[in-house]
Amino acid sequence: MSGERILLAHGAGGKITRRLIEKEILTRFRSPILKRLDDGAVLAFENLRLAYSTDSYVVDPIFFRGGDIGKLAINGTVNDIAMCGAVPMYLTTSLIIEEGFQLEDLRRILNSMRDAADEADVEVVAGDTKVVSAGSADKIFINTSGIGIVEKEVSGSNAKIGDKIIISGFIGDHGIAILSEREGLDLKVPVSSDCSPLNGLVSSILGATEGIHVLRDPTRGGLATTLNEIALQSDVGIRIDEEVIPVRDAVRGACEILGLDPLYVANEGKMVTFVSPRDADRVLEIMHEHKNGTDARLIGEVITEPRGMVFMRTRIGGERIIDMLAGEQLPRIC
Amino acid sequence: MKFVDEFQDPRLVKGLLQEIGALAKRRVTFMEVCGTHTMALFKYGIRAMLPNLVNIISGPGCPVCVTPTNVLDAAMDAVRKENVILATFGDMMRVPGSSSSLEAEKALRFDVRVVYSATDSLGIAESNPDRKVVFLGVGFETTAPSIACTVLGAARKGIENFKLIAANKLIPPAMKALLEAGEVQLDGFICPGHVSTIIGSEPYEFIPKEYGIPCVISGFEPVDILQSVLILLRQIDEGKSRVEIQYSRSVKPDGNPIAKRFISEVFQTVDSDWRGLGEIQASGLALNEHFREYDALKYLGIELKEPAEPPGCLCGEILRGLRSPPECGLYGLSCTPERPVGPCMVSSEGTCAAYYRYSRGARA
Amino acid sequence: MCLGIPARILKLEGELAEVEIGGTMYKANIQLVPDAKIGEYVLLHAGFAIQKLDEREALETLKLLEELYEIRR
Repeated sequence: MSGERILLAHGAGGKITRRLIEKEILTRFRSPILKRLDDGAVLAFENLRLAYSTDSYVVDPIFFRGGDIGKLAINGTVNDIAMCGAVPMYLTTSLIIEEGFQLEDLRRILNSMRDAADEADVEVVAGDTKVVSAGSADKIFINTSGIGIVEKEVSGSNAKIGDKIIISGFIGDHGIAILSEREGLDLKVPVSSDCSPLNGLVSSILGATEGIHVLRDPTRGGLATTLNEIALQSDVGIRIDEEVIPVRDAVRGACEILGLDPLYVANEGKMVTFVSPRDADRVLEIMHEHKNGTDARLIGEVITEPRGMVFMRTRIGGERIIDMLAGEQLPRIC
Repeated sequence: MKFVDEFQDPRLVKGLLQEIGALAKRRVTFMEVCGTHTMALFKYGIRAMLPNLVNIISGPGCPVCVTPTNVLDAAMDAVRKENVILATFGDMMRVPGSSSSLEAEKALRFDVRVVYSATDSLGIAESNPDRKVVFLGVGFETTAPSIACTVLGAARKGIENFKLIAANKLIPPAMKALLEAGEVQLDGFICPGHVSTIIGSEPYEFIPKEYGIPCVISGFEPVDILQSVLILLRQIDEGKSRVEIQYSRSVKPDGNPIAKRFISEVFQTVDSDWRGLGEIQASGLALNEHFREYDALKYLGIELKEPAEPPGCLCGEILRGLRSPPECGLYGLSCTPERPVGPCMVSSEGTCAAYYRYSRGARA
Repeated sequence: MCLGIPARILKLEGELAEVEIGGTMYKANIQLVPDAKIGEYVLLHAGFAIQKLDEREALETLKLLEELYEIRR
């Protein structure tokens, strides 16, 4: 059934997406670099290592509290490069615009992109613009790709037993901000997307400590999916503590109403850091002094067994396994 | 008082666990009949915290799981008709019918929309006067009053392009059918807190009276569930069974009379097919004669086919509390959350989905 | 069976009420609890308030459980 058609679930970032990638993409493109499935590719040259990444943005609505599709497109790729332990430098951007799209809206989005590039200190150096007939695209789709120079090589397969796990701030803001603006849901959530560039934060922690092993931003599929990916890539176990995971009350409330779990809701301005125990306190200290890390918390650690799985200590002292997202998280009543 | 955090207090949990440990003297089996209870048990890791003597099994508490395949197939027949928009709760999107799912139909460009509230589908009907909006009404007594209000709203505002596939079911008759079948030995029922918020405690009275089994109407926070287990153990200890309300902040003995009135104004009780349990007398709701014009299947000329179960799927026995998911030959192998065979795996509250999500498909 | 969330009533608007859950606002249908007042908590399920939450009962339940915790310490 689902083998014949592409479903929305294939784009949700969870297990179904992963299966599509493994079955259809990795079987055709054999690069060992691709196989690592990190946020970006690290390419080694004689004196240099470059990080190279790409992402497409199809978010709906295109304007939302805290940003728009343009800001997302720039910061998304900036962050993917930063998650490779690299300093993002140059971006390209492709626009696919639906016929009839308002020029005023395009200007707004381009202004956002300019502002975001300035804030992240990156240059947009090449691009492309296509227009398709009305109905062939939903308003506007944006692709960005970027390169940066690697400061320290980090990877999802580098997690070490005993590593401490730090989240840089509140989770679930972006996904809930987007969902609450979708038509038909009479939800007013006083939460804005956390869309922001993380390269500054990354540089400050990489500059101050040696023990950073993994960096990743929990976008589609949320924190739970990201931790599962890393557990699998590094072949380790992960244990986190429910009580300390930072979630805003308003996000928790919106999730409760819709029957969603904040652990699976997308973020666009947060990162998880896996760091050796002796450097954990220093990393937290540095994050707390940075505007994008004021609410950073130590939420767990890497354990030996069971491999490839994520456990959570519940707030009442019990334990449960946190699985990867299967398909799309759908609002439920039961 | 926020009504949630206080009922998750780890100290109260600790106190309750110790008291339960002291009272549990022989092996007991309690059944919960509510998908949200199934989820809560896993979500907080409660089963592992209880003493081994206390065993909690899951019954047919997931309305999505017990909706027969033919109703889902009928919903898909409806959306394939010209100018139909099918509105549904998110829970139903990925449930497999006999050959497809609403999610797959949406991928084929049929107009399937997820709504959070039944009344949202009225809004869709109002904004699309030239299309038919069919709402798939699945759920137990908790949801029935809001669906009844929606039908009344359609009548009041003259929204003629709104239609309903009435598939709500009633829990107490299913509990009776389970007891009559006598397949599982039960020492107590953990009764559904939100169904009971509507129907009150009276509909469960037959259980202690005719079967001598204790019943406690439970809330959904860890403290609620543990206190309910404690109350059941105390009744067993006393040798007396009755219906007790643990969830007193929400459940009154007569439930919500206004909600009950809305239900009887719009619906009538009918015999109904439950997936895995077969036909149960007086266990479902259908539109009564005053509101027949809102019956989607009649309006669209769709007949319910004979329900068919996928081969090898043990959902039926799992729903009756006879087997646990790892005992099903398909569980974790050909039946997983990404490729569900039966509804117990797809519904986020299905027993198999809950097991899988929280124990990663371990077949131990 | 169903997800029911405690929500506080902020405003009454005929058939609907603006309710608040930890800072998130929603317009709930209150036809099932027409006598709900501003400041009271209701149980929100699938867009409807299905019952008023009884604060006194909640406090009594908690008091009993606190006592249990104290005895067992």
